[in-house]
Amino acid sequence: MADNKKITLLNSWISPFGIRVRIALAHKGIEYDYKEENLSNKSPLLLQMNPVKKQIPVLIHDGKPVCESMVIVQYIDEVWNQKSPLLPADPCQRAQARFWADFVDKKVYSLGRQLWITTGEALEAAKKEFLDCFKLLEGELGQKPYFGGETLGFVDVALIPFYLWFSALEHCGNFIMVEECPKIVAWAHRCMENDCVSKTLPDLEKAFGFLMEIIKKQRADK
Amino acid sequence: MESKEVVKLLGFWVSQSSMRVEWALRLKGVEYEYIEEDIFNKSPLLLELNPVHKKVPVLIHGEKVILESFVILEYIDETWKQYPILPQDPYDRAMARFWAKFAEEKFLDNAFKAMCTQGVQKEGYLKQAKEYLEKIEEVLIKGKSKFFGGENIGYLDIVLGVISYWLPLWEVVGCMKIVDPIQFPSTTLWMENFRNHPVIKDKLPPRDKMVVYYQWRSKEIGARMASARKS
Repeated sequence: MADNKKITLLNSWISPFGIRVRIALAHKGIEYDYKEENLSNKSPLLLQMNPVKKQIPVLIHDGKPVCESMVIVQYIDEVWNQKSPLLPADPCQRAQARFWADFVDKKVYSLGRQLWITTGEALEAAKKEFLDCFKLLEGELGQKPYFGGETLGFVDVALIPFYLWFSALEHCGNFIMVEECPKIVAWAHRCMENDCVSKTLPDLEKAFGFLMEIIKKQRADK
Repeated sequence: MESKEVVKLLGFWVSQSSMRVEWALRLKGVEYEYIEEDIFNKSPLLLELNPVHKKVPVLIHGEKVILESFVILEYIDETWKQYPILPQDPYDRAMARFWAKFAEEKFLDNAFKAMCTQGVQKEGYLKQAKEYLEKIEEVLIKGKSKFFGGENIGYLDIVLGVISYWLPLWEVVGCMKIVDPIQFPSTTLWMENFRNHPVIKDKLPPRDKMVVYYQWRSKEIGARMASARKS
């Protein structure tokens, strides 16, 4: 159907939003051209394809751009709908999945960043909110192996890229994720047993080093 | 069959998010029971149904509970097939979802904050809001049909519909002008078409009550924003 049309992904290797799209593409076995963007010197192609927000990731399919990571993931799921669905068929279950993906979008990124840049009382407050948010996610996961049930689903794809952040956040917030949220850590390890996740996520140590550099810079700038 | 189950909506009379859901249900001819929620004195029912965000709207369909207005709109479209509000084509759907998110998180958020603030802060939010509206005007609305849904109101019209009625009121309360008809002719025309649609015009909150509400609410939120800046 859509298979023979060219696909390009504009991305930045460390972006959790870009990783979501790459996992979705790998999950569906879709081949594509990858273009690494330098975000401090954005390419004319990126500015042309996402003139509104000028951000990665951007999926270009048959010359047409799709922007915003979970919008792209839904697009991929709808176009390549013959295999490995990420969203369930039932409207109520789809609504649940969209709700929790939206929760991840609204909470995890901004709370994680608060942990990077704050200190003292503000840091303690951010840490509590961050961990409360993950405990809610543990509640939603329940006894299921994945948020999507027996296999990776929409919410798993939304959340797993933030696994890259765990070590850096533990370091900043002085906590141990497996003690605070053991189910989430077990879920993350389970996700990593899937090729589409383990072959997509950057090396954890490389990511930790890179993130710690960013954090040092952002704290120094404050 | 699904559509025979009772539909209820927990909403707040002035909430744009609640109103979006009502518009969608009415466009599809779905009967529902509306339950008014006092968001300043939240009921045990709301706290039980939406423990995560504790917000309206909440759609109850039989035993099912659906939260978040954008999620509810998609659920409504997938459950009641008459009068489809999302486009059929996946690319058009992706565009609708992208612009809905952009309009809500960027444009409307800045317009609301401009209403609530003064001085330099206000100027900042106003400038941002206008820049985002320029994108909406040039890229999204100009040269297109009557509504984003074509001749019929669609998902993106419903999400952006706030602009047609709430925004002019925010402009009055906030002593500001964002949608200048000369600068934004396409947006202005779209707003008029939307406001005058028979289903929409029949379901709008009372203007004078809204002004009183936003006069109070904008001061309260403005004070909260000011004290957050100080800490």
